[in-house]
Amino acid sequence: MKTLKLVFAFVAMLSLSAFTTVGDGHGYHVGDIATDFKLENIDGKMVSLADYKDAKGFIVIFTCNTCPYAVAYEDRIIELDKKYADKGYPVIAIMPNNTDVKPGDNMEAMQARAKSKGFTFPYLIDEGQKIYPQYGATKTPHVYVLQKTAKGNQVKYIGAIDDNYKDASQVNTTYVENAVDALLKGKEIKETQTRAIGCSIKV
Amino acid sequence: MILCFSCKEEKKDAIAEAQIETPNTLELEVHDFNGIKKYLTATDDKTYVVNFWATWCAPCVKELPYFETLNSEYKAKDVEVILISLDFPSKYESKLKPFIVDKKLQSKVVALDDADANSWIPKVDESWTGAIPATVIFNKNKRKFYEKSFTYDELETELKQFLN
Repeated sequence: MKTLKLVFAFVAMLSLSAFTTVGDGHGYHVGDIATDFKLENIDGKMVSLADYKDAKGFIVIFTCNTCPYAVAYEDRIIELDKKYADKGYPVIAIMPNNTDVKPGDNMEAMQARAKSKGFTFPYLIDEGQKIYPQYGATKTPHVYVLQKTAKGNQVKYIGAIDDNYKDASQVNTTYVENAVDALLKGKEIKETQTRAIGCSIKV
Repeated sequence: MILCFSCKEEKKDAIAEAQIETPNTLELEVHDFNGIKKYLTATDDKTYVVNFWATWCAPCVKELPYFETLNSEYKAKDVEVILISLDFPSKYESKLKPFIVDKKLQSKVVALDDADANSWIPKVDESWTGAIPATVIFNKNKRKFYEKSFTYDELETELKQFLN
C-alpha cells in the first residue's frame, strides 16, 4: 500500500511537471514580480521601468513591425498610451525578434515605423533577446500589465489587447483597458489572462 | 470523349488541364471556429495532421512543403493533412488564393475566420499560447499538440508515433 502511494505521488509529480513545462514555458504568471530591464529606445537612449518615478504601473507590449497582427493593433496601442500614460500606466513597447531573421524589425526600421505612425511611447529593442524569455512572451503582440508594488512590478494581466484583431469597431471586450481600469479603481481584474493569435517571436 | 478513348495520353492531358485552378476559380472554404471543429475531431480511422498557418508567417511558409510531402507520402497509410489558414479575410483574394495556386498545394486548405481568438484557442489545445505555426496530430486513440516549427524529419518522426 505504501509503495502504491509512492507510485501515485510519483505519477502526480510527473503529470504536474508535464503541465508546468508544456505551453507557457518558464515565463511569468499573474502575481509574479517582473524583471526590470535596460533596453535601447529608438532615440538611442536606454530605458528602464525604474526611470518612471511617477508611474503606477506599465502596459508592457511585445510587438514588432513585421507581424500583421501587431500592425493591426498599432493604432490601438497608441490609443492605450494616450489614454493611460497620464493616469500612470504608460505603454512600453519592446521588439523581441532576432533582426538577422527579420531585418524589417531592425533599429532603423523601428525608428522609421515609430516616426510614420507617431508612436508616443518608447519602442525598445530586446538586444540579445534576454528579456522576452523571462516574461514568457511567445508572440507579437503579447501584453503584460504591471502594477508597481513595494515588492516590485507585479504582473496583473497577460494576454491580448482585445477580442477582435480584425476590426477595432467590432471589439466587445477591451481586456487591457478593463485590467488597467480595474487597477486604477483598486478593483479586482475580471479576466487576468487571455489568448490571441500572433506571430511567433523569431529567434 | 471518343478522342479520349482512342488516345490515353490525351485523356491524361485533359484531366490535368481540368485540375489547373486560377485564383479566380478556386473555391476557398471559410469557417468560424464552429465550422472548423469537424477538422479537429477524428470520426474515422485516419490520422490527421492539422497545421495552423498563414501566408504572412515566414516559419509557416518554410515548413509548408514538409506538410505537403507528408500528405502525399502517407496518403496510402490513411493520413490526411489539413492546412488551416489564419490569413486575414481581406487577404483571401490578394494573398491566400494566389498562394494556394502558385504553390500547387495538394493538402486541403481551410480558412478560419473567427476574430475572438481567446474563445477558441484553448479549444484547440489548452497549452496553446496563440503563436503560429502550430500543429495538432491526432487519431481516434491519440492526440498531440505542437506550438513549434518542424523539419521534415521531426514531422515524420512525430507522425510515426501515431501509425501502427
